[in-house]
Amino acid sequence: MMVQKLALSGDEAVAYAVKQCDVDLVAAYPITPQTIIVEKISEFVANGEFEGEFVPVESEHSALSTCVGGSLTGARVFTATASQGLALMHEILYAASGLRTPIVMAIVNRALNSPLSIHNDHADMMGSRDCGWIQIYVENVQEAYDRIIFSFKLAERDDVLLPVTVNLDAFFLSHNVESVELIEDEVVKKFLGRPKRKYRLDPDEPYSFGAMAYPWNCFEFKYQQVVAMKNAYRAFDEVEDGFSRISGRKYGKLGKYWTDDADYLIFIMGSSAGTAKHAARLMRQEGLKVGVVSVKLYRPFPEKEVLEVLEGKKGIAVMDRSISFGAPTPPLASDIRSVMFANDMKVPMMNFVYGMGGRDFSVQDARNIFEMLMKKDPSEYPKETIYYGVKA
Amino acid sequence: MSYKPIRTLFELPTEENLAPGHRMCSGCGVTVGVRQILLAAPKDVIVVTATGCLEVSTVAYPYTAWRCPWVHVAFENAAAVASGIEAALKALERKGYGKRYPVIAFGGDGGTYDIGIQALSGALERGHRLLYVCYDNEAYMNTGIQRSGGTPYGTWTTTTPFGKVRPGKTEVKKNLMGIVVAHGIPYAATASISHWKDLMNKVRKALSYDGPSFIHLLTPCNRGWRFDPAQTTRIAKLAVETRYFPLYEVENGVYRITVPVPRPKPIEEFIKVQGRLKHLLRPEYADALAMFKKQVEDHYSYIEMMTKATSSK
Amino acid sequence: MKVKELEEHPTFAAVLPPATSEEYDTTGWRAFKPVVDKEKCTGCLICWIYCPEPAIIRTPDRKIEFDYKHCKGCGICEVECPVKAIRMVKEA
Repeated sequence: MMVQKLALSGDEAVAYAVKQCDVDLVAAYPITPQTIIVEKISEFVANGEFEGEFVPVESEHSALSTCVGGSLTGARVFTATASQGLALMHEILYAASGLRTPIVMAIVNRALNSPLSIHNDHADMMGSRDCGWIQIYVENVQEAYDRIIFSFKLAERDDVLLPVTVNLDAFFLSHNVESVELIEDEVVKKFLGRPKRKYRLDPDEPYSFGAMAYPWNCFEFKYQQVVAMKNAYRAFDEVEDGFSRISGRKYGKLGKYWTDDADYLIFIMGSSAGTAKHAARLMRQEGLKVGVVSVKLYRPFPEKEVLEVLEGKKGIAVMDRSISFGAPTPPLASDIRSVMFANDMKVPMMNFVYGMGGRDFSVQDARNIFEMLMKKDPSEYPKETIYYGVKA
Repeated sequence: MSYKPIRTLFELPTEENLAPGHRMCSGCGVTVGVRQILLAAPKDVIVVTATGCLEVSTVAYPYTAWRCPWVHVAFENAAAVASGIEAALKALERKGYGKRYPVIAFGGDGGTYDIGIQALSGALERGHRLLYVCYDNEAYMNTGIQRSGGTPYGTWTTTTPFGKVRPGKTEVKKNLMGIVVAHGIPYAATASISHWKDLMNKVRKALSYDGPSFIHLLTPCNRGWRFDPAQTTRIAKLAVETRYFPLYEVENGVYRITVPVPRPKPIEEFIKVQGRLKHLLRPEYADALAMFKKQVEDHYSYIEMMTKATSSK
Repeated sequence: MKVKELEEHPTFAAVLPPATSEEYDTTGWRAFKPVVDKEKCTGCLICWIYCPEPAIIRTPDRKIEFDYKHCKGCGICEVECPVKAIRMVKEA
C-alpha cells in the first residue's frame, strides 16, 4: 500500500478529503479562515480531479439551503464555513437536521462579531450547539482530514441520517501546515460506497418533504431526531473501528492522555488539547500525575466515557473556548457538571474560559492550569468561572 | 428554443401534479395558476415551494396535495434549494447515478420581492437550469395581508391602511421583472391566470432553455383584495385589460408584449371591484388615484418603449 | 385510510406519500354548489382550467362533472362558463 504523505494546512487537508469522498455537491461561500478549503476544491475542479458540482453561492444561508436541496436528491453533499457564516446559516441548521440530510460541514472555528475577530474561539459552533447536528472537534490536521471521511460514513447510516460538523480551530489548524498521511483514493471510495437514501426527491417515487406539523404530531418528529442522536452515539465506535482498518488510526469520543493513573485532569477541545498534552508530557517527566482529556465528540455528548475517565480523580479543570453569557458555567463545563451531578459524582472541578478571540494558550498556560489544580485544596476550588488570561 | 406549443385544452393531461383537498381558500388565484403551470410542464418535475400560502395550505402533516416530488425548507431560500437540487442532479447524471429532471420553484411576492430576493438573484446569476415562478398576490397574505415590496401604491393592507393622513401604501411596487431581466437570463415573462394559453406556452418556452427562467404570475387573492371569490379570474383579466398588469416576455433581452391591449379599459374598472383599492375613488384620495393611474400608464409605456428599443436585436 | 395510518404512525421526518389530501372532504366549506346542465355543456373545459382545486372531472363523454367532495363553492366556474351551463345552487 503506497501511502502518500503531504505537508498540508488544515483547510487543504479538508479539501483533499472532500476530493476523495466522491462528493456530488459542494455549495460554499468564502469566509476567513475557511477560504482555502473552497479555493483548493476549485483547483481540483479546474484540473478535473473533483467530479462533483461546485456551486459558488451568494451567502452562507444559501450555501446550506443549496446543500439541503442537493442532499434530498440522494447526493453526497459538503460545505464549510466559520463564525458569521455559521451564524447566518443558523435557521437552516435546524431544517437540515429536521429533514435528516447527512451533510458534512467543516467549521473553522472563529470568534463571532462584535467586535469583529477573524481569530479562533468556539463561540460560533457553541452558539448553534442545539441544532441537532453531530459535532466533532479535531486536535490536529491529520485528524481534520480523517474526520471528514469518518463523518460521511457515520452520517449516511440508515439509523443516523444526521448532518455532522467537523470543527477545526481557525489559523491554529486551518493555516498551520502539518504532516498528513492520505488514504488511497480507491480505499476511501470503497469505505464510503454511495449514499443510499430511501426517501429522496425522485419522480419515480415521489414524496413531499418539509410539511407543516401540528401540536399533536410535531413533538414526535423532534423525538425521532433524539433517537437518531442516540443511534449516532451507539454507532460511533463501530464506524471508528471500520475507519481504523483502512487508516491505522483511531481517535475515540474522548482523547485520553495519561488519564488512567492521573490525579488531575484538564478537559479541553480543539487544537489546544495538543498544547495541554505537551504540558502534561513535561510534567509527567517531573513525576506529576496529570492527564488531558480532549473532548472530540461533543454532540452527542459522551456521558459514559466522561464518567469513566472521572473515576478516582482528585480534581479537574474544564476549559471552554466560548462564553455562555449569563449562564452559571460555559458550555463544556455545564455538560460535565450536569453529568457528574446526575451520577452522584463529586470530583472537584474548576472551570475556565480561555483563548477568546484567538488569545494564545501556551504550554506555560496549560502548566499554570495544572498547577492551580494541584496547589489549591480541591475542596476549596472556586465554583465561579475563571476567565484565564483576561486583563481585568 | 424549441418547445411544443399548447393549442387547445383537450391535449392537456387529465392526471395532475396538484391534487384536490388542499386547504387553499375557496376561489384562490394561486392554485388556478399552479395547476395551469403544472399541466403545461412535463409530468416528471421536482417542485420547491417557499413558506407562504401555497406551502402551508398544501402540505400540513399528514396531508399533501402534491403528486410530484416536493420540498419546502424555509421562507427566503426557494431559489437556493432549487439550485441545490439542480446542481446535485447534474452531478448525479454526469456520474451515471441519476437524471436531470426539471426543477420549478414557487415563491410568493413576499418570498421573492423581499426576503427571497438574494437567493433569487444568486440563482439567476449562476445560471442554473430552473424555472422560478413568483405567484404575486401583492401582499404577505398567509400572515394576514401585510404589505410587501410587491404591494402597489395606494393599496390597503393591514400595515398600510388608509386613513386621515395616508392613502394606503406610500411606496411603489418594486419592478421585479426589471431586476430579473437585469441578470441577463434567457427567458423571463409576466403572466396572468386569466390567460391560460399565454401562461402555459410561456411555461413550456421557459422550460426549454438550458438556464434560468422566470415567470411573474399575477394571482388575485379574494381575501386580501376583498372581492367575491367567484370573480378571481375576472379580476385577473381586468388587470390585463386595464394595462395594470401587462403580459409580456423578455427572451434574451428582447421584449415582446404577448397580449397587446390597444384599447385599455379605464383603470377605475379594476379599482372599483376591490375592497383594497376602492377607497381611491373617494374625493379625499384624488391625488393618490392620480398617482396610481400615472404609475400604471408609465409602466405600460416603459414596456412599449423597451419592446421598440429591443426589436431590432 | 392512508391518512389515519400516517396520523397514528408519524413517518420518518414527516415525509409524506403523494396526494393524501384527496382524503380530505371540503364539502363543509360550501354555501353554494355548482350544478351543470349537460345538455348545454359543450365540453369546452374552460371551467376545468379555472377551477382552483381541481374539483372538475373530465368525463369520457367529453363533458364535465363535479367532484363534490373537493368543491369549495367559489363560483368561478359559473362566472367563466361561456354558455351559462353551470348554476350555483344553495347547499341543502
